[in-house]
Amino acid sequence: MKFGVVVFPGSNCDQDCVHVLRDVLEQEVVLLWHQESSLRGCDCVVLPGGFSYGDYLRTGAIAKLSPVMKSVAAFAKDGGLVIGICNGFQILLEAGLLPGAMLRNTSLRFICRYVTVRVERTDTPFTNRFQPGQVLRLPIAHNEGNYTVDAAGLKRIAERGQVLFRYCDADGQVTDAANPNGSLEAIAGLCNEAGNVLGMMPHPERASEPSLGSADGRGVFESILQSVACR
Amino acid sequence: MIARVSVTLKPSILDPQGTTIHQALESLGFKGVKRVRMGKLIEIELQGGSKAAAKKEVERMCQKLLANPIVEMYRIEIK
Repeated sequence: MKFGVVVFPGSNCDQDCVHVLRDVLEQEVVLLWHQESSLRGCDCVVLPGGFSYGDYLRTGAIAKLSPVMKSVAAFAKDGGLVIGICNGFQILLEAGLLPGAMLRNTSLRFICRYVTVRVERTDTPFTNRFQPGQVLRLPIAHNEGNYTVDAAGLKRIAERGQVLFRYCDADGQVTDAANPNGSLEAIAGLCNEAGNVLGMMPHPERASEPSLGSADGRGVFESILQSVACR
Repeated sequence: MIARVSVTLKPSILDPQGTTIHQALESLGFKGVKRVRMGKLIEIELQGGSKAAAKKEVERMCQKLLANPIVEMYRIEIK
């Protein structure tokens, strides 16, 4: 299958995504410059982590205006698979492709470490290779990962089962102590109502090979492969 | 004409920066501080036209880009 990894000025996880998709999972990958409008026939678009436009104004606020994002929005509307990782998640929120917004971590610190997240649903294109309740060890690296949404939005998200990952302890329990950034309801990753757009703060691409300390993130990409193969 | 836009977090949103500044002020002995909210100031220089039209235009800028309505509110001052 063919992945398109979008490159914004300031993206810095684009090559990590390319490495995992091309070298580890042996898939076709193209880089999509943010000024491009064509997604070149990709089956899945990846918005990688980094600091698009230097995080100026708000994280993702300028990137959402890039020409490529118009195409990504149209692609998502047609059911195309889109995954935003870290800054990619922030861009999806700013673009309105996912509900809610990101605030600064409650600690006011940039946090770069491994966390554990619990898989909340396994019937999605992004999580079908996991077990229900499976605990994944993945790294986070962000300053604005404190997810928030208003009460009505949260109710909607809950009713539609849009939360796919929650920060938890090693036993899979969601506790305040296991929440690294103050994120509402410990939300670490959520999808849109149609289920074809995922945003997540942890970096699965940095944890897709055992030699890097964890290969738990690989399941996210393998799930995408599986869902496209079954179409 | 200059438009000054101040963007702050909505009252319902926790502002850890504001809280930290509040505590720092208290540690300096400023006792009368009730609340501190941290925000950003954006100055926009505009070409001519009426103040009312400028305000309308800046309002649109706020809605489209300068503030995120989910978590932020804004105040516009035209000089």
